[in-house]
Amino acid sequence: MGSSRKENFKNAEKARAFHRGLKKWEKDYQKESKLCGREGKTFTSISGRVIKALYTPQDLKNFDYLRDLGFPGQYPFTRGIHPTMYRGRLWTMRQFSGFGTAEDTNRRYKYLLSQGQTGLSVAFHLPTLMGIDSDHPMAKGEVGKCGVAVDTLADMEILFDGIPLDKVTTSMTINPPAAILWAMYIAVAEKQGVSPKIISGTIQNDILKEYIAQKTFVFPPRPSMKLVIDTFEYGAKEVPRWNTISISGYHIREAGATAVQELAFTLRDGIEYVEWALKRGLKIDDFAPRLSFFFNAHNDFFEEIAKFRAARKIWAEVMRERFGAKNERSWWLRFHTQTSGVSLVAQQPYNNIIRVTIQALAAVLGGTQSLHTNSLDETYALPTEKAVTIALRTQQIIAFESGVANTIDPLGGSYYVEKLTQDMEREAKAYIKKIDELGGMVKAIELGFPQKEIADSAYRYQQEVERKEKIIVGVNAFEMEHEPIPILEVDPAVERHQLNRLREVKKTRNKRLVKRTLSDLKKAAQDEVNLMPFILNCVRAYATVGEIMDALKEVYGVYEEPITY
Amino acid sequence: MVRQKKKERLNQESISEAWPSFKQPRLRVLIAKPGLDGHDRGAKIICRALRDAGMEVIYTGLRRTPEEIVNAAIQEDVDLIGLSILSGAHNVLFPKIMKLLRKKGAGDIPVIAGGIIPEKDIPRLKKIGLAEIFLPGTSTQEIIDWIQKNIKIRAKKRDT
Repeated sequence: MGSSRKENFKNAEKARAFHRGLKKWEKDYQKESKLCGREGKTFTSISGRVIKALYTPQDLKNFDYLRDLGFPGQYPFTRGIHPTMYRGRLWTMRQFSGFGTAEDTNRRYKYLLSQGQTGLSVAFHLPTLMGIDSDHPMAKGEVGKCGVAVDTLADMEILFDGIPLDKVTTSMTINPPAAILWAMYIAVAEKQGVSPKIISGTIQNDILKEYIAQKTFVFPPRPSMKLVIDTFEYGAKEVPRWNTISISGYHIREAGATAVQELAFTLRDGIEYVEWALKRGLKIDDFAPRLSFFFNAHNDFFEEIAKFRAARKIWAEVMRERFGAKNERSWWLRFHTQTSGVSLVAQQPYNNIIRVTIQALAAVLGGTQSLHTNSLDETYALPTEKAVTIALRTQQIIAFESGVANTIDPLGGSYYVEKLTQDMEREAKAYIKKIDELGGMVKAIELGFPQKEIADSAYRYQQEVERKEKIIVGVNAFEMEHEPIPILEVDPAVERHQLNRLREVKKTRNKRLVKRTLSDLKKAAQDEVNLMPFILNCVRAYATVGEIMDALKEVYGVYEEPITY
Repeated sequence: MVRQKKKERLNQESISEAWPSFKQPRLRVLIAKPGLDGHDRGAKIICRALRDAGMEVIYTGLRRTPEEIVNAAIQEDVDLIGLSILSGAHNVLFPKIMKLLRKKGAGDIPVIAGGIIPEKDIPRLKKIGLAEIFLPGTSTQEIIDWIQKNIKIRAKKRDT
């Protein structure tokens, strides 16, 4: 009893000392701020969050280590989904890449793999992203510009020529026509003699964020959701190692969302997909382990790290408590990160290397599973080989020289980071609740809710920059005479080559087979059965992306968004 | 196509409509997005900024063909067209738009553009008649200042 009283006395003394110290610091802080002429100045994160001068144990009064953090590989996974994290295996270095013809991009892939890149990531050109062919009138001037042109299986065969699909994992950024491009990949694997059971990779396939932010939509939301769930169902049975969706906050952030909006809308999108899949009759633990995520790494270092940590925690809770998932893998939020494209600037472009480094470091400290680092020249065009090499080297320097991968979640326990993680969790949950109340994400999109929230944030940030409340080096401060840099030019001959190949394929394929597979697909779409086997048949017959999409448009119609600003 | 007016201005607006002689003529701007890309953050920010600067803004929405853009400009009888493009197809689409404007007798509507446009393309684009190209990092105030200095409300005579 006596020793416990002594202990109590000691603790009370410590608490008094803490408050004395805190009081003194507050006074000193005020005095010195005044001297610096910065009295009453508010400091905010890039998202407009007010940041305090100092964080102490007082900010974490309700903090509970086991409840809030746990251990790596243990619920709620705040510190990471794997027990070993980067000590067991580094993140996958995956540069998003594609331009010109399939031959051009195939060469770039082989170069990147030879330089130590560990996974592929396909950037398709805009006509493919929109589900139209290179010979469509709207494709004029766009062929091979923003990515690689893929119209038929013939292009896909060239794209992966000499790349063993049983060894490399491939991510494909493709949304409305995701099922088609995935079917093409499966067909190429089959031709290489590789079973669909062992191929691995990701299709983005996240249609909700298209309506919210990226705006690459074709069909209306509801039939689009149906197609997404078809891929979940087919993947769970036939392509079990494939991530059939990458639920993406990246584009939401790029469109101007705050960190919390990115976090909340992305996770609420995830909830929407789960709900639709359950409605289809799928079992949660059959498909949930194949859900993956994709976040942005923006400039505000600590806010980003907190965002990644909060994301893991919220998702684990949603899966376990809201959906009753039993398999631990269903609780994991696995994510890819790309550094923020919109944060790069045209002025003094070499400075972009530094921005990318800071952002990439945040992604790594946040525990990402794979990472794309942007290249310094991407405000101008797709990156040159030299620029993309620097971007890849940035990751390698972080991985092998900086020492940050030596220990797991090195910022865990930081008063600031833990407080930010808690705050962002709370704020994101409030958004999620709001969208639940609106009737779910499809409904919220139809009401224009997330779109409006994002546009407001984007405009607010732009005004902050123009008032110089937010400084962008080289843009609104520290300006310099412009120094041009070399940029990648896509050979204008690309369009001709691509049109020639498309013509050739159309001439030599079995026309009757194409016609039959397309009409089978249309009928299946009307019958509301799983379309994947039908799409595979179309693809194997060398039907074009545009032809397959047109067949579906006849059944599903096309979406026109309400125009607001 | 939508037009949005700043809320605070609504009252003033209805008064002006009641007494037409009080109505201040406002610059009418069409913000258009040609090309297949869906990057509308910049276009939307420009729309709001021009509106807040007192202009009347008409936004076309995404993925408009040159024909749609030119028709909208003529129908809405605008004083200025602003094109926003990030897809890289500007060298194909801008000449089409300029040609079409001239063909339809609207070659006097000034055209400006912004987005991802390499500097080396600028002389060629100016040669075909674009009045100004704004590159990434341009502030909305710079654009507003440019418009106020260079663009006049046109005599609306075309359709008569």
